[in-house]
Amino acid sequence: MERGSLLNVSGLRVIFHTYRGTIKALNGVELWLNEEERLGIVGETGCGKSVTALSIMRLIEQPGEIIDGSIIFAGHDLLKFSEDDMDKIRGKQISMIFQEPVAALNPVFKVGFQIAETISHSRGISVKDAYAEVKESLEMVGLDWQRTIDLYAHELSGGMAQRVMIAMALAVKPKLLIADEPTSALDVTIQAQILELLDKLVTVGKNAVILITHDLGIASEFCDRVAVMYAGNVIEVASSAEIFDQPLHPYTKGLIESIPVIGKSRELVGIPGVVPDLVDPPTGCRFHPRCKHVFDKCYSDLPSLTEVKPNHHVACHLYQ
Amino acid sequence: MVEKSETTISRWKPIIEDWKHTFYLWKRTKLAMIGTFIVIGFIVMAVFAPLLAPYDPIKTNLPERLKAPSKQHLFGTDQFGRDIFSRVIYGARIEVWIIFLVTVISGVIGVAVGVTAGYFGGVIDEILMRITDIFLAFPRLILAMALSAMLGRGLTNAILAISLVEWTVIARLARAEAMKVKSQPYIEAIKAVGASNFRVLIFHVLPMCLSPVLVQLTLRMGTIILTAAGLGFLGLGAQPPTPEWGAIVSDGRSYLVQQWWISTFPGLFIAVVVLGFNLLGDGIRDILDPRLRR
Amino acid sequence: MKLGSFIIRRLFLMLLVLFGVSVLVFVIAKVIPADPVGAILGGNAPIDLVEDMKRRLGLDKPLMNQFIDYMSGILRGDLGTSLKSNRPVAKDIANFFPATLELSICATFLSVVIGIFLGILSAVYRNKFIDHFARVFSILGVSMPVFWTGLLLLLLFYFRLGWLPGTGRLGLFVTPPTRYTGLYLLDSLLSLNFEAFKDALAHLVLPSIVLGYSAAASIARITRSSMLDVLRQDFIRTAKAKGIGKRLVIYRHALRNALIPVVTIIGLTFGGLLEGAVLTETIFGWPGLGRYIVNSLLLLDYPAIMGGTLFVAVIYSLVNLIVDIIYAALDPRMRI
Repeated sequence: MERGSLLNVSGLRVIFHTYRGTIKALNGVELWLNEEERLGIVGETGCGKSVTALSIMRLIEQPGEIIDGSIIFAGHDLLKFSEDDMDKIRGKQISMIFQEPVAALNPVFKVGFQIAETISHSRGISVKDAYAEVKESLEMVGLDWQRTIDLYAHELSGGMAQRVMIAMALAVKPKLLIADEPTSALDVTIQAQILELLDKLVTVGKNAVILITHDLGIASEFCDRVAVMYAGNVIEVASSAEIFDQPLHPYTKGLIESIPVIGKSRELVGIPGVVPDLVDPPTGCRFHPRCKHVFDKCYSDLPSLTEVKPNHHVACHLYQ
Repeated sequence: MVEKSETTISRWKPIIEDWKHTFYLWKRTKLAMIGTFIVIGFIVMAVFAPLLAPYDPIKTNLPERLKAPSKQHLFGTDQFGRDIFSRVIYGARIEVWIIFLVTVISGVIGVAVGVTAGYFGGVIDEILMRITDIFLAFPRLILAMALSAMLGRGLTNAILAISLVEWTVIARLARAEAMKVKSQPYIEAIKAVGASNFRVLIFHVLPMCLSPVLVQLTLRMGTIILTAAGLGFLGLGAQPPTPEWGAIVSDGRSYLVQQWWISTFPGLFIAVVVLGFNLLGDGIRDILDPRLRR
Repeated sequence: MKLGSFIIRRLFLMLLVLFGVSVLVFVIAKVIPADPVGAILGGNAPIDLVEDMKRRLGLDKPLMNQFIDYMSGILRGDLGTSLKSNRPVAKDIANFFPATLELSICATFLSVVIGIFLGILSAVYRNKFIDHFARVFSILGVSMPVFWTGLLLLLLFYFRLGWLPGTGRLGLFVTPPTRYTGLYLLDSLLSLNFEAFKDALAHLVLPSIVLGYSAAASIARITRSSMLDVLRQDFIRTAKAKGIGKRLVIYRHALRNALIPVVTIIGLTFGGLLEGAVLTETIFGWPGLGRYIVNSLLLLDYPAIMGGTLFVAVIYSLVNLIVDIIYAALDPRMRI
């Protein structure tokens, strides 16, 4: 079933082999994305957000393994691609930026070279020729190119480094930008600047975006749609407004109740229990041990992601 | 009652898990297992040398000189008719003795210098570390050779010489550990309630530095044997007729072409035992590697 | 600019350490031995012979004066006169050092090439056959005593098979090349003496392999673990996400970072080569500095011992200084 015009992920299962046993990290993830659309993926640490993103890039490595599913991007199943074919997708059609921008840049090469390298690869031109465009890219992200181009990663602040990463990612004019927690490691004021910049650039560049974050607020503000993940599954997908106003899944409701809101005096409610161990995940719905509405079916059957209202999907037995 | 037993379980569970995991990693690295067995075999050989060795390692028996390996003399005999197998077995005692003393002496000096430098910092640190640098400016074996020759050739002085070279490694490590521990908040807290520097150093900083130091000392044991055997081979360590392995290899040099066994077997034992320590050391390193732990 | 001030600071530190090294050498040679003259001449030497020897060694003066004489000698490049050869120690060192240098250079070359190559393959093909092979190769290399492998190879390739020449730097009937540098390979090329070149090269094979093997082993180990470490870093993920292909990810993005610690180990290896040279030279009858030091130690030739060890320490410190500078040049993070 083609639900998105650019990207359709379905039934994606990823495992990691460890000494304790096999971690079932992704348990049939469903995602879809239209061109120029922005999708937020929200969830706690370890819910599989980043694994999903890395799977789309086919960057899951030993001891991890993609065992099932399909990732249809622009009509092709990326899981069937060879490594060489994938390298025509990576850094050309799909770019990615990461959580720790300083660590994500190579410490022994100047910033300018690293951007030029990316451009040169995506266009098939020499690194030297690509340098001409580096200036433009750096200015685009609000950096003084003359000062920045010859710096090394350790000479940049987190905010500057993330701007460089954005310049690098968008210089190739990708159809899809995957941003994996791009602001989590930054100061709050810098966070807002970076998101604002990203917002401006992808609007102009007409890039589709997958924004991965643990912050539901950021996701709903920046994105058109939000997908909530829990323990390796997408459990609810809705438009940004709707997910906040009318959450359906008990986990999403809990997530929203645990966000403090300035000016409203309301009791903060956490979700009881802890994130399950994915070596030995709960049977049926993986959320059932923490759910107040649990009933017999939840113990045995994994609920599928179903459209219960127009453009509002939820994976919960309460609504089926 | 029930609640109490539950807390005990939860308190012990991680420790048991940790041991289980360590054991699991040890079992998984077959090479580390082999290393452990070699090292155990080596120690057993040293302890039970009088029972294992068929002949006296030192008494000469000229009629039996330069005999090729046979049932009577498993590794053959040397130019004085001594049984090489017996000498090699007794040699294990010498090597264990060297490892033990060098480890203790260099460990004590290294920890004392390192922890003092790391804990006090400033001028004391600067002075102690420059002294360490001076020792590190020499290639190890050459410094050990010079010290051993000047102290007077012999096993005891060779042990002293190797210790005087080895302590620098431990000192640097202990210093780094002490600096790490010193900056912990609980040390501040202990000082805040009025504990003296000496007290903090001995009872709080020192114990925290010991486990990495002990690991490092274990990792160095192979190198210690190689250095001691090198000194013995050059004639600057244990003197004849002491059955030190390096010295026996050196004994056989003049007979290499016709009586190859004199040099070959003791050398093989050095290689195997050092290999054992290195395999064990690699295993320990892997087991302690936090990246492999999770 | 930053690199410049780093070098100056390092140079200053080295001079300080070298002063300490001279003091330590003095202590080892003059303070530790209780009765040096007795040790050299034996206990029953006639009294005038003992007095004469004491004068020659300068032992009749107070320790402080001896130290001042020694230090001023070092500064003038005068390391005293060898008791055995009766020649200035400095001259002896100049004679013997090129042989050690030639051997060390060959061994370093071998070990760096083999070590780095195996280390990279081992990390990239982790847990594959080549990795297992490289790990066995390197753990054996750091475990086997140099003098033992040397003897066995000598026995096999010289005495039994006769494929390679045995001891020394040249065959008995080969005319040594005109001395320009003291390095036979270089000198024989410069004087167009190709027979000597071939012979010198053949003589270098076994000692270089023996000496280079353990060094290659430790370089391979460090390269492997350093490479594995780098391959786990975030920036490698970035490079992969750029789609530049596996080759560039490894050889451009990973290797340069991985080699930074390897450079340090090459410096340390050189120290290891100097120690290994002592053993290798003894086995292969190589007329180098290592054998010179061992012989002086066995004969208690004090001026030669002091001069030799001091010289080795200076060379070792210089190599480490160079390594530190290369390190700083390679790693932009170090230039602070």
